Amino acid sequence: MTTLLTVEKLSKRFGGLQAVNEVSFSVTAGSIKALIGPNGAGKTTLFNLISGVITPDSGVINFCGDQVQGFRPHQVATKGMARTFQHIRLFPKMSVLENIMVGRHIHSRAGFVAGMLSIPYTWSEEKHIREKVHEIMAFLDLESLADVEATSLSYGQQRNVELGRALACEPKLLLLDEPAAGLNMSETTELGALISRIRDTGITVLIVEHDMGLVMDISDEILVLSYGKKIADDKPLAVQSNSEVINVYLGEDEDDA
Amino acid sequence: MSTKFMQISGFAAAIVAIQIFTQITDSSFHLTQLTMTAYYSLLVIGLCMLIGYAGQISLGHAGFFAIGGYISAFLTTHNLTSIKGKPLIALLSKFGLLVEGKDLYGGGLLAFQPWVACIIAVCTVLIVAYIIGGPVLKLKGHYLAMATLGFGIIVYRIVLGTAGLGAADGISGVPGFTILPGVTIGGSGSGKIMNYYVAWGILIVGITLLLNLISSRVGRALSAIHGAEDAAEAMGIPTANYKLKVFVLSAGFAAVAGVFLTHYNGSIGPSEASVMKSVRYVAIVAIGGMTSLWGAVFMSLILNYFSLRGSFGTYDDAVFGVILILIMLFAPDGLIRTQVLGDLKSFFKRSDSKEATL
Repeated sequence: MTTLLTVEKLSKRFGGLQAVNEVSFSVTAGSIKALIGPNGAGKTTLFNLISGVITPDSGVINFCGDQVQGFRPHQVATKGMARTFQHIRLFPKMSVLENIMVGRHIHSRAGFVAGMLSIPYTWSEEKHIREKVHEIMAFLDLESLADVEATSLSYGQQRNVELGRALACEPKLLLLDEPAAGLNMSETTELGALISRIRDTGITVLIVEHDMGLVMDISDEILVLSYGKKIADDKPLAVQSNSEVINVYLGEDEDDA
Repeated sequence: MSTKFMQISGFAAAIVAIQIFTQITDSSFHLTQLTMTAYYSLLVIGLCMLIGYAGQISLGHAGFFAIGGYISAFLTTHNLTSIKGKPLIALLSKFGLLVEGKDLYGGGLLAFQPWVACIIAVCTVLIVAYIIGGPVLKLKGHYLAMATLGFGIIVYRIVLGTAGLGAADGISGVPGFTILPGVTIGGSGSGKIMNYYVAWGILIVGITLLLNLISSRVGRALSAIHGAEDAAEAMGIPTANYKLKVFVLSAGFAAVAGVFLTHYNGSIGPSEASVMKSVRYVAIVAIGGMTSLWGAVFMSLILNYFSLRGSFGTYDDAVFGVILILIMLFAPDGLIRTQVLGDLKSFFKRSDSKEATL
């Protein structure tokens, strides 16, 4: 088993708040790793650190053999990391097809001059982009919506478009930020199955999620954060019976805290 | 591809139709304003790309237009005869970059060839846009508008205050620009009709380039930056780099427009650099629908034409200011749409219901 992502002693402070405090963990290639913790535990901060949105104060992020801390988000994306957002961030005034086509950006190369002159190689490139996007839309059952404006869709469909856009990057690592938020139970079950299918295509998944049922169902490993610190990093069953995790979630032994 | 081709052919047909109409009705004097309109439209479509598609505002594009126009005017009119013997001038002359002629008073005139001046002018604008675009495009919204406005004002005050550029009089006596054998922009003896077709031909080339760009990978990336910058960045789009490139591109369109219009008119004055000109261009892009290149071209054709014909009288600048305010209030997506009436109705309905609750 090779490790795809290794995080070592990562820290980030916002003013007086130590949002992430010397967190270390690794993600095995081809697995689903979940990141859980109570509100304010630093999950989203950790996500933003890994994807380059914010730069860490200290620590090392090793992705595919390269140190990527301090990289800009687009550089991290080029390395093979794609993400979805906690609050869906689709491109308005663009169709589902176009939204997902943007995901092919790093796998195509037509620049300003080639685009303006419509040089023949751009035509075949566009054709390849469309083929790949149709493949992804078929995978996510979005083909009938290809020409619909993406932001006019239902919440669940928008989630899928956002997922499709991330998959179009053909990432090695897919970061999902609370993908089940706002979904009902049957939709959540479907989403779980979908994430497992994505993992089966060879994409490693790191997921932040509040829905414990979903997390326990699909994860190979679970990392638990509390007040910016790692308190557990283990298999789902072991995490479930970990006393510190139970304390954090159920608020027992308050004098401990 | 085919719809793009149809649109462009339809547009070209309309251009021909207008010319034939003026011929039949013996009103070919309109062609002068229409030719100037085409060059202004070239700037407008570049700005439309920047504002509408990439979502970045600029209130300084008249500055780029003026830099282009002024450099070309200066280089083609500044007399180098007195320093003819200097090695640099001799070298330039040897490579055929200079041209000898007669000035207004019949004296010898040695100046740059228009095409050399044009290349220097456009390259200078691209460099200036690149240098100021880097830091300025880190700003967003109002702050970006203020910074580009500042740039526009600086250019205006410089051209107005520099004696070598003719100060308040500007530069006149700019020679015609022979772009192809037998095809000259401006200058004496060049035909009105030919100039009309050359100008609109150049605009069509510009439109074609931008339509290609819009439907390309870069066009999608720019729309993505406009729509959700963080998500675009997460998809691997170097957003800062793309914003800078589209800024430089639109400045380039402004520079080309400035150079050609200056040669066509045979002169350029400081009013071309004024901030009100920049506001006018933004107003035209807004009324054309921000994200519609054809809308911008159409509104530019109508408004620039009436403005140049003097239809707005001394209220010229005021008209464009009012247009900008009205568009922002009633139809932020522009006029070239079908729901304009509906928008107006709902606006008044809303104000009615507000009054009712008071």
